[in-house]
Amino acid sequence: MEKLVSLIPLFPLIGFLFITFFGKNLSKNAAGALATAMAGISFILAILVFTTQLHGAHPVMVKVLDWIHVGSFQVDISFVVDPLSTLYVLFITGVGSLIHLYSIGYMHEDEGFHRFMSYLNLFVFFMLLLVLGDNLLLLFVGWEGVGVCSFMLIGFWYKDHANNDAAKKAFVMNRVGDLGLLLGMALIFIQCGSLRYEDLFINGSGIASLGKYTTLAAILLFIGAMGKSAQFPLHTWLPDAMAGPTPVSALIHAATMVTAGIYLVARCSHLYAMSEIASSVVTWAGVITAILGASIALTQNDIKKVLAYSTVSQLGFMFAALGMGAYTIAVFHVVTHAFFKALLFLGSGSVIHAMGGEQDIRRMGGLKGHMKTTYWTFLVGTIAIAGIFPFAGFFSKDQILAHALENNMPVFILLMLAAAGTAFYMFRMFYLTFHGDFRGTHEQEHHLHESPAVMTLPLIVLAIASTVGGFIGFPHAIGESIHFHHWLDHFLDGTVVLAHSHMSALTEILLAIFAMGIAGGMIYYAYSTYIIKNTLALEDDEITSGLHRLLWKKYGFDELYENIFRRPIDQLSHGVQHWIEDKALLMMVDGTGSAAKGLGHWMKGWHNGQILTYLIAIVVGLIAILYFI
Amino acid sequence: MQVLPNITIEHYLSLSAVLFCLGLFGMMFRKNAIIIFMCVELMLNAVNLALVAFSKIHGDTDGQIFVFFIMVVAAAEVAVGLAILMMLYRNMHTTDTDELNSLKG
Repeated sequence: MEKLVSLIPLFPLIGFLFITFFGKNLSKNAAGALATAMAGISFILAILVFTTQLHGAHPVMVKVLDWIHVGSFQVDISFVVDPLSTLYVLFITGVGSLIHLYSIGYMHEDEGFHRFMSYLNLFVFFMLLLVLGDNLLLLFVGWEGVGVCSFMLIGFWYKDHANNDAAKKAFVMNRVGDLGLLLGMALIFIQCGSLRYEDLFINGSGIASLGKYTTLAAILLFIGAMGKSAQFPLHTWLPDAMAGPTPVSALIHAATMVTAGIYLVARCSHLYAMSEIASSVVTWAGVITAILGASIALTQNDIKKVLAYSTVSQLGFMFAALGMGAYTIAVFHVVTHAFFKALLFLGSGSVIHAMGGEQDIRRMGGLKGHMKTTYWTFLVGTIAIAGIFPFAGFFSKDQILAHALENNMPVFILLMLAAAGTAFYMFRMFYLTFHGDFRGTHEQEHHLHESPAVMTLPLIVLAIASTVGGFIGFPHAIGESIHFHHWLDHFLDGTVVLAHSHMSALTEILLAIFAMGIAGGMIYYAYSTYIIKNTLALEDDEITSGLHRLLWKKYGFDELYENIFRRPIDQLSHGVQHWIEDKALLMMVDGTGSAAKGLGHWMKGWHNGQILTYLIAIVVGLIAILYFI
Repeated sequence: MQVLPNITIEHYLSLSAVLFCLGLFGMMFRKNAIIIFMCVELMLNAVNLALVAFSKIHGDTDGQIFVFFIMVVAAAEVAVGLAILMMLYRNMHTTDTDELNSLKG
């Protein structure tokens, strides 16, 4: 059964190649159906492979092809089937096929429909390669592959230059991280002599030979994760990546690709467990990002920007959990987050679709009456991310908070603040979008409609997943007393390092009530502000108060990077162009030309047609030659 | 057997060099094609003189045979060259080489 795993990435690849090379003959519906079917088949295969892992199976390596055999360096295209990879494959293909289906409706009017579908399939292929590879090098191939797909899909509407800029920004920021990952891999190979997980982690001895380089290797790998998962200070690309079509934001920039960093750290959990310094770097990067993202999201008015900063913030939660050793909880939050964030993005896509491309929540309002399915599913997603029992986000976020409470008080307080902020900004956006009066143009109001079934079906499925998905990770202490085990922890046992919690059931329940109380309070605050008092979000030029403006300007990171990195490089380039290209090089090139021209002009004078002159030249030359001989 | 015992090889060669230079400078600085032609003949004969002198000194007849060939070739050249000059003069009404420059590129 495990052998099937080699077929899982194959189908999206076939879909990509087929649509790219023969797609022109297919109708839009056929191409969309083909791409969706390819992702769907992978999902079914993933379920089959997943079932083999359910009862504590040992990791299985499935070798597909020889790849690189150079001296002692041996890397094959070989897949690993273990709980961590199958879990990732399961939600990548599951959420992925739903988003493929959704895209058929969302992108239907777009002229680049075929291109879009083929890119989505290619992305799924690379993402599967990333999580299935049984060595860091194959992970790196997938890592770069998803980066390229992300680049192509952010700049999908390439005729608008702003989209291309956003795509370039994402690509360049990711390069910074990738360099770290590459260096980390090189260090691990030099010290341990292998890049295979089996040699490094499963047999246990591999990473021990890192010795004093353990912390360095862990931090270098984490820099890679920072780039891909948009962690402070490399987080600025993710909000800009919203320039891509909404299904892309849902699939790549919320559910799957950005969680590759968490996969990397969870996969290398044995490494991080050995280095306290690296772990606290991970924790604090995560906490800062969580706070940063949540606070910026409070003031954003673009529906997708709010969700983007929310994603940044939630990824920060995951890294905070990873840093505190709660690797399984981080993976748990990845899964629940994939459900509710994909749901929220797809819901926002449905809204944008109905509004004819409008993304500003100040121009929306009162959509509740026009789009029932979107409204209710969006509400589920909003509650789930706010962390209300029994929705999925509650379980995962609560366990991260519980772990923080047990291990690190400052982290707990900051994460609690971020969680409170999350509840507020999500409901702020929710109320402004769906409640109150419609604030758009008359034409838009006339146009309002519920999205077609192919778009609402994925919303409903994801809403169900966001509702019940949390039960795969029922809290330990409470679970034991009612004989409901933390399934995910048991499932991942042996693949990643488990966190040990000594918290009593009572504390856990009290914490849950406390967290929910705060979330509830924030929701009520949002309700009273935006529903009872009917406050509206400020227009851009009305934002004057210092803090509000600071948050609205995203703490000025873009401007900071612009001043620190872009300006000097720009000036250097201009200087090089002016002094070296225009002056020095041009002088050399032009000089060669005009020298040859002048020489020719001068010698032309000798060629006067007078044989006597030639004769004189011959005689003089001859005499000179005889003299020198 | 010495006809003129006081005349050595240096004398012959000096005369030959003087004649050659006269011809050369005449060619270089005179404008009249016929004079240039005569200068060419002068140079050839200067060479002939040198050849005969060497032949005599070395007691080898090769030089003299060579001189005969040169004289034959020079005669042929004069025949062709003068014909060309005749035709030139008929067409251009001049033998001044400064004006005969229609081959100039």
